[in-house]
Amino acid sequence: MAYSDKEILDGLGEIIDEIAGVPAGDVTPEKSFVDDLDIDSLSMVEIAVAAQDKFGVEIPDDQLKDLKTVQDVIVFIQK
Amino acid sequence: MKISPASPGARIVALGEYQPANIVTNADLAARVDTSDEWIQSRVGIRERRVAGPEESVVDMAVIAGGKALAAGGLAPEDIDLVIVATCTQEDQIPNASASVAARLGIPSPGAFDVNAACAGFCYALGVANDAVRAGSARNVLVVGAEKLSQWIDWTDRTTCVIFADGAGAAVVSASEEPGIGPVVWGSSGERADKIYMRENKYLYQEGQAVFRWTTTELYPVALEALERAGVAPEELTAFVPHQANLRIVESIARKLGAPQALVARDIVTAGNTSSASVPLALSRMIGRGELPSGSTVLTMGYGAGLAYAAQVLRVP
Repeated sequence: MAYSDKEILDGLGEIIDEIAGVPAGDVTPEKSFVDDLDIDSLSMVEIAVAAQDKFGVEIPDDQLKDLKTVQDVIVFIQK
Repeated sequence: MKISPASPGARIVALGEYQPANIVTNADLAARVDTSDEWIQSRVGIRERRVAGPEESVVDMAVIAGGKALAAGGLAPEDIDLVIVATCTQEDQIPNASASVAARLGIPSPGAFDVNAACAGFCYALGVANDAVRAGSARNVLVVGAEKLSQWIDWTDRTTCVIFADGAGAAVVSASEEPGIGPVVWGSSGERADKIYMRENKYLYQEGQAVFRWTTTELYPVALEALERAGVAPEELTAFVPHQANLRIVESIARKLGAPQALVARDIVTAGNTSSASVPLALSRMIGRGELPSGSTVLTMGYGAGLAYAAQVLRVP
């Protein structure tokens, strides 16, 4: 099933709030996980696993390093 | 053909542990590689770890931990008829550690073999010891997890040198009327053997994200199965003592067990990741601090390179 960018953004906001304690409102497309949201490599794995549960799209470990911003993840899930 | 008389059960009668004297703090490591106390504590949850001296071997540490377990259990060396050492970091592959450990402890001609299931080694060895006693192949087994990871670490690699450490833990498993060790649930995933391996044949290396994903998503069902096989409900658990790989992994698995009352071993904070030694080391230290009453129920689980894993329920001696 397809999700809109807005649905994915909102879903990622909830996930990142839950996993990293970053308020969902701070999770906007242009934000960098490492530089802006202070999310480390292990939390990225947890976010990928939660996003897979929510959106049904697997994000493999070897792709994670290329997903630098929230928008990158939205685009990946949309593909 | 006749077969050995079986025992209705087996249980751990005593534990012992050993940690090298040398404490290496996060500040010590930050002086050697590009890292910080904050980085290490937030990523792996370790404040300090123990590192063996240059002359201190895996066998040396196993002997001390094993000797303490024998003394605590009130057993004489002659009582032991099987010695199993779980280790993957010996100085040499041959000879094995277990026969030397037995000889040094004065245990006369026991069965002796090593188990290499990496960080899962102690739980594998405990499962084998339980089966050996129940089948009548042994009456009293000394099971040791002993590791000197420091001699297989690239001390310039900040992703591994902050995690791994040295130490040993031991348990004596004896025949008993009531079972005190539950069925072992074990397994492996060799198609992912490349996730934790020896780089250049001398340095331990792991793909952190892959290992983190595996441990935090695929292992809690193994823990739950060990509980189910033992007929123990999560809410009956006094403690969960998993391999001390990384505090975030430990806490993630613990959260998924549905056992909020269970004390969760956090020995890694001051002991680091000691591979197969971590479960008996944590267990022995928790008992020593009076945190685990005699007869209470604990879930142990090891997991690591292989990839291999094993879990079982046991009663505290």
